[in-house]
Amino acid sequence: MSGIQESIIIRTVVRIMVPFIALFALYVIIHGASGPGGGFQGGVIFGAAIILYAMIYGIEDGKKIISDKVNRILSSTGLVLYAGTGLLCMVFGGKFLQYNAVPLFPNPAETAAILMDVVEVGIGITVLAVMVSLFFDISPPETEDDEMFPEEVEQ
Amino acid sequence: MIWILDISLLLFLVICAVAAITIKDLLSAVVILSAYSLIMAIVWVEMQAVDVAFTEAAVGAGVTTVLFIAALARTDGRSED
Repeated sequence: MSGIQESIIIRTVVRIMVPFIALFALYVIIHGASGPGGGFQGGVIFGAAIILYAMIYGIEDGKKIISDKVNRILSSTGLVLYAGTGLLCMVFGGKFLQYNAVPLFPNPAETAAILMDVVEVGIGITVLAVMVSLFFDISPPETEDDEMFPEEVEQ
Repeated sequence: MIWILDISLLLFLVICAVAAITIKDLLSAVVILSAYSLIMAIVWVEMQAVDVAFTEAAVGAGVTTVLFIAALARTDGRSED
């Protein structure tokens, strides 16, 4: 693990790749209504980008991007976006997630498209936060490796 | 023509599944399971289920493998049985 993290090639490639993976994840989330993809897949890909960064640059650096507190806030924000959109439709007299009941735009199809994107983004945020927190919780603590490795080198 | 592809993909799928549960080294089992997910994604595309294939490729071959390897780093990496 430590040898991989020290490789300059892998560090540079990861630093270049992570923004593009994140951009592709946003494309998948927004494009999900009209083609393959959607909130879940986009959230997983975005989470994979952050997991890739945390794998190579260390868990501590990864937690500087998304700390445990931010993780908790993000995973509940997505749920609020999803449930809030559904309940907003009920407030305006429709059923749960019946988009065309909301008088946001004159054209009901346009309202449905906008609200569908809000729901997809909500799903994506929750999946991203849960995937990243799963990786942070499962991965072994780094301090032990860092303490063990220099000792072996010294001996 | 296309059924030859289907049969060979399903054959690889069975081989990967049997290899993943019989192999002793757990890291090899995780990598074989990742290959299984990738073949399964192609089979989903063959069955016109592109959305499921996308999920299988992102979750099965991507994140699950990373999580398995991260969990494996806490063990000695050998199967007892």
